[in-house]
Amino acid sequence: MSGGALREPWHSLRRQREAASFGMWLFLASEALLFGGLILAFIATRWFHPAAFAAAGREADIVYGTANTLLLLTSSLTMAVGAQAARAELPRLAGRALGLTLALGLAFLCLKGLEWRADLAKGLWPGPGFALEQPAARIAFAFYWLLTGLHGLHLLGGLSAIAWLAGQAVLGRRPWRSPAFEAAALYWHLIDVVWMFLYPLLYLDGRAA
Amino acid sequence: MSGRSSRRSSKRSLGEATPRSAGAILARSLPVWLVLVGLALASCALAYLPMGRWNMAVSLGIAAAKMLLIGLFFMHLRRPDPLLRLAGGAWLLWVGFLAALVFADQATRAPLTQPEHMEDRTMEPPETAGGRSGF
Amino acid sequence: MSELAAGRVRPAEGPAEPWPDNYLTAEQGLGSWLLTTDHKRIALLYMATLLAFFVIGGFGAVMIRLELFTPEQDLMTADAYNRMFTLHGTVMVWFFLVPSIPNTLGNFLLPLMIGARDLAFPRVNLLSWYLFVGAGLLLVVALVAGGVDTGWTFYTPFSTMFSNGYVLLAALAVILAGFSSIATGLNFIATVHLLRAPGMHWFRLPLLVWALYGTSVVMVLATPVLAASLLLIVAERAFGLPVFDPAQGGDPLLFQHLFWFYSHPAVYIMILPSFGVISEIVTCFARRRIFGYTFMVYAILWIAVVGFLVWGHHMFVSGQSLFTSLVFSFLSFVIAVPSAIKVFNWTFTLYRGQITFEAPMLYALGFIGLFTLGGLTGLFLAAIPIDVHVTDTYFVVAHFHFIMVGGAVTALYGGLSFWWPKITGRLYPEGWARFAAILMFFGFAFTFFPMFVMGFAGMPRRYAAYPPEFQIWHVMSSCGAVLLAAAYLLPMAYLTFSLFRGARATDDPWDATGLEWRTASPPPRGNFGVLPVVAEGPYLYHPEAEGPHHSEREPHQNQGGNL
Ligand SMILES: [Cu+2]
Repeated sequence: MSGGALREPWHSLRRQREAASFGMWLFLASEALLFGGLILAFIATRWFHPAAFAAAGREADIVYGTANTLLLLTSSLTMAVGAQAARAELPRLAGRALGLTLALGLAFLCLKGLEWRADLAKGLWPGPGFALEQPAARIAFAFYWLLTGLHGLHLLGGLSAIAWLAGQAVLGRRPWRSPAFEAAALYWHLIDVVWMFLYPLLYLDGRAA
Repeated sequence: MSGRSSRRSSKRSLGEATPRSAGAILARSLPVWLVLVGLALASCALAYLPMGRWNMAVSLGIAAAKMLLIGLFFMHLRRPDPLLRLAGGAWLLWVGFLAALVFADQATRAPLTQPEHMEDRTMEPPETAGGRSGF
Repeated sequence: MSELAAGRVRPAEGPAEPWPDNYLTAEQGLGSWLLTTDHKRIALLYMATLLAFFVIGGFGAVMIRLELFTPEQDLMTADAYNRMFTLHGTVMVWFFLVPSIPNTLGNFLLPLMIGARDLAFPRVNLLSWYLFVGAGLLLVVALVAGGVDTGWTFYTPFSTMFSNGYVLLAALAVILAGFSSIATGLNFIATVHLLRAPGMHWFRLPLLVWALYGTSVVMVLATPVLAASLLLIVAERAFGLPVFDPAQGGDPLLFQHLFWFYSHPAVYIMILPSFGVISEIVTCFARRRIFGYTFMVYAILWIAVVGFLVWGHHMFVSGQSLFTSLVFSFLSFVIAVPSAIKVFNWTFTLYRGQITFEAPMLYALGFIGLFTLGGLTGLFLAAIPIDVHVTDTYFVVAHFHFIMVGGAVTALYGGLSFWWPKITGRLYPEGWARFAAILMFFGFAFTFFPMFVMGFAGMPRRYAAYPPEFQIWHVMSSCGAVLLAAAYLLPMAYLTFSLFRGARATDDPWDATGLEWRTASPPPRGNFGVLPVVAEGPYLYHPEAEGPHHSEREPHQNQGGNL
């Protein structure tokens, strides 16, 4: 492995970098359809029961939701800075930015956990003893749990990938020029974008009434 | 300073203009973040403004704007690389396919089979297995 | 024939002359296989795994045909019958047909055909196999534990509220297999975009590469929606989140929309690679350029895109809106056009070709016949009035088996026989192979043609017992299935035999064009000694100066011989 970053079957790092980001983009397109399909299912069900979904939206905790939105947006900034710094071979800036990204991601998960606990206490799990009256509000909360849970899982995956890559780089086992940082950043931004759509659908519906 | 460093970078990375100093990186990313935060706060505030069914449209529009910003500036879709644009645009078309035909069905479905019209039945005791006659 | 065949065998220079180092012998030991990143070895790993699933799915088919031999329900209970056809469908669709050609022949040939050393992401390729094996084990656990009774379509609310099979495990297995398919798809797309040899521009690509590219697009963009729909089932079944529950106002049709958004394009995942294989074989054994190469390419892309807009033809009687049904019906007619273009172009390629009937060609001709029938009956089903009449009957069963078995599986066997000398460096007994190809055609027709008749007469699918007037057709079908099973087993026997006793093949035994034939048989670990440079288009079997153009009229000659 010349320089440590070039791998089979590539002949140039430039081409390999292009492939890493193109491959990641294809994966993101796939993920976008996964979340797109689920969000579409949400909107399609909401179409039939606007009132129940608005009632469900009012029950979601807007403070946690908004705080998490801001956290995730900021983590996107630090991740973008981290990836560009890694590519420019600025190890100090890259290390700090990636560390900050990890911290912000963890903070998101912690807030999410607290929010889930509060939701359960409020009786928002659509099982027996569900807090809302309309039957379709159960569906809205079914989507709430599924979508936030799946998003949380993706976030956990992104965090592990970033931690692993950054750890390798700090230990000197992976050159900072490696295209993997850019690919990980792309994945992280997708997680952010998905949340940008979950936020209005799950938290902002029915606030005006 | 940044001009010289970018000229040097063009030699090293075959003409791709990537920022090579901490200052250049931050100068490029921070403004985007500020706009994003502004949009997020705006969408939260606008949600409390009674606009009827337009509330969701506005919030989703703002979400789309944020997606566009993140895509263009953080995910480098501004880079003139046809491959990235292909992958970054394809999913949009395909989600469009799915949405268009699902909503076409929902918008034109015969009224009796729409769950909306059956909602009041849900409070009644469940009927015996075998379903309703005639359906 | 003997002269041609003699050209295929590598002359033995010494009694124990060792083979030059190739991908099979480059590394030894189990570890070198299980941790390999060589696309050729991964293709063989996939082949072995798929063979296992073909046998499991085939077992389900045998049990179904046995039960249907008599009108009474005598071999198994109705519930066991439900589990049996679900086993057959689930295993065959996701664990055999979807990965069949892409992951075996495609994995092996794609880098060779475009002049690359490997796929773009060799480790992702290996990961995709492990995901697939994990998914397969999960499914086997579900089947051994008691099976699933929902049918391969997992329709709600039955699958979420009433079924007492192992729906959850099966759904998770399918989701996992889907991710393996996504990994393969994005790997193929990136490879075609970024690793083509110098001079190999887009319109010099062999049609199999184009077909795999189109398939990969479908895999990457459709599979996640299947995962979404099954995740919703998992949420409802495992966690009690009522997504599709009609009692809460949920919409079971929404599940069908999401499910068929994947599952109709999945048919193209199965058939597009077959189109590619058939294009390679037909040109080679007709010794002609493909007729209308650019049309073939655009037909593939058309199918890959418009194939996403027709899924509603599975829902004509489900209660979806009549307006949408009309739109879906129209679009389903539209999607038949590119398939027809392909059949016409193969036929025109044959026209005035110097056709020889080696085994791969016999498989390919069988494919064209069976696929045409399957495609035409697809038009019947796209027409709403006929579809309402034959929905959920054996007419539908016959139709999709003509496409997916008569089409895709025949093409897989054809492709295997065509590239077997390249993959293994060995020749199989040609006579047996021709016999198997012909037997497969007739066995297939014998099994599935009666289903058209009984289906149109009203025989519903998914029942273990039926009125006695249908017995004649079921008996015919079950007898045909015996022939078909023999035809499927026979190649396994002669191919295995060839591994040990077959004559050694030359590098290009069929005198074919294409970069995969420009390297050794079997190829070395890095595919090519010197990476090739491409200066001409594909299928130059018939250089302008050498043979008659089809517009020139001259007395017809015996085909294949006395040139
Ligand atoms: Cu279909």
